[in-house]
Amino acid sequence: MLAGCAAFATLGVPPVTARGSDEPTAAAGVPARVSLTVNGKPIDLTLDVRVTVLDALREQLQLTGTKKGCDQGQCGACTVLIGGQRVLSCLTLAVAAHGKRIETIEGLAGANGELHPMQQAFIDQDGFQCGYCTPGQIMSAIACVREGHAKTDADIQEYMSGNLCRCAAYPNIVAAIKQARDQMERG
Amino acid sequence: MRPFSFERAADLTHASFLGQGTGQGQTDADAQFLAGGTTLIDLMKLNILTPTRVVGIDALRAGNDSIDSGAAGLRLGAFATMSAAAEHRAVVEGYPVIAQSLQLAASAQLRNMATLGGNVLQKTRCTYYRDASFSACNKRNPGSGCAALQGVNRNHAILGVDDTCISQYPGDFAVALIALEARVELRGPKGPRLIPFASLHTPLNRQPHIETTLRPGEIITAFFVSPGAWNRRSVYLKVRDRASYEFAIASAAVALDLEGERVRTARIGLGGMAYRPWRAAEAEEVLTGKPLTEGSAQAAAAAALTSARTHGYNDYKPELARRTLVRALLQAQSMTLTGESAQNHAG
Repeated sequence: MLAGCAAFATLGVPPVTARGSDEPTAAAGVPARVSLTVNGKPIDLTLDVRVTVLDALREQLQLTGTKKGCDQGQCGACTVLIGGQRVLSCLTLAVAAHGKRIETIEGLAGANGELHPMQQAFIDQDGFQCGYCTPGQIMSAIACVREGHAKTDADIQEYMSGNLCRCAAYPNIVAAIKQARDQMERG
Repeated sequence: MRPFSFERAADLTHASFLGQGTGQGQTDADAQFLAGGTTLIDLMKLNILTPTRVVGIDALRAGNDSIDSGAAGLRLGAFATMSAAAEHRAVVEGYPVIAQSLQLAASAQLRNMATLGGNVLQKTRCTYYRDASFSACNKRNPGSGCAALQGVNRNHAILGVDDTCISQYPGDFAVALIALEARVELRGPKGPRLIPFASLHTPLNRQPHIETTLRPGEIITAFFVSPGAWNRRSVYLKVRDRASYEFAIASAAVALDLEGERVRTARIGLGGMAYRPWRAAEAEEVLTGKPLTEGSAQAAAAAALTSARTHGYNDYKPELARRTLVRALLQAQSMTLTGESAQNHAG
């Protein structure tokens, strides 16, 4: 899963154009060209305007770490960072994300595979059972710490409420976020 | 999701030009503006909204998202995100009812995406409106009836309804805005105009498919709240089925200007209760000039609900609304305003 970036080479993405020179505009049924930066890599795609960021990541870029839960903006499994902010990729059209910087679970680990403190904390604290919501939980949790909304248990519970866990691993997720928070704040 | 053309507006003038098919406030206009997308994309996936043209206005965020507060009151740029407005210091300190209404709404992710302008235009969560397999929905198919009248209507409105529609306006922020007598700045093909927030959403009038007074191509650019002593002593109390990330089953926006126990001014909005953002003018009248006690709060709450019409599963709502409003009034009364004591020391 963590080697997802290597898949870019095999995708047959359209030729790279001058970035930002062609704003995506398309008639119905006509594919639009979209430029994104995904986990630090510039990507140019040609896609139907109905394609969401979630589907572009999973089906065009083979970055299947980001999960499709409800696909209606209710569960948080598809959470990614766009422009540094946590958002729902299932409710974001790829054309509307043109020119933006997207970070997914695949972009967290270091060059040598060392885990992000939040990933390690979810393992250490047993912060998941089935694991399906976990990538969304981890992306949301990183943003939650950066926003300064992870200072207390109550804050974490409130500001993580957009990420549902059907296994109800919530107490361990809170513990994981507290562990990672302390490490992230130390730097 | 049905096919549509996508165009991106470069500025407000361009957006108004591209958006001339957005209609006269009807729910299913052929052209739709796309900002945060948290309502629109959701309903397009469900085939409830099927525009053939989508006009992206995300690029307009910069330049239309500033939040300014001063002697003239509060100006909220309509492209500010819910999260930015909820955490803005001037809003948190000077207009707590607005900050709380935003902070208690949706989830952190949705608040990062949604703009204030889009938030007030969010569609009802009526399950019969949101499920196209129910043919009887006057909002979707004018003249087809209302499945909710005889259906599971636990979360349906009891104020401002008639027998054509009992859908509930789901938002929180709009309830604070209507209580504070906000105004809305609009920009359309024929230029800007300023209207009372109370006239943005149309009364039902047996026409549930007409929801707003927006004209073709008009975009909300800002909200204004006038200065007033009541703004700081204000509360948004939200009651819901789970502790977070849930729509209100009852809510109250309360702003008070008190002279000792006596109420100089009361501003009251009710949420989770009505067809559109609802101001409880009758409750305000009961309180104005009188001491605020649990008894007078109960009298005000009773006045607010006299026109309520329930339909079975939502029979519980009038009592919940009354209790919610009483608690919000007493909570606002008990607030300690730090700035006031500082002023007293200075004086």
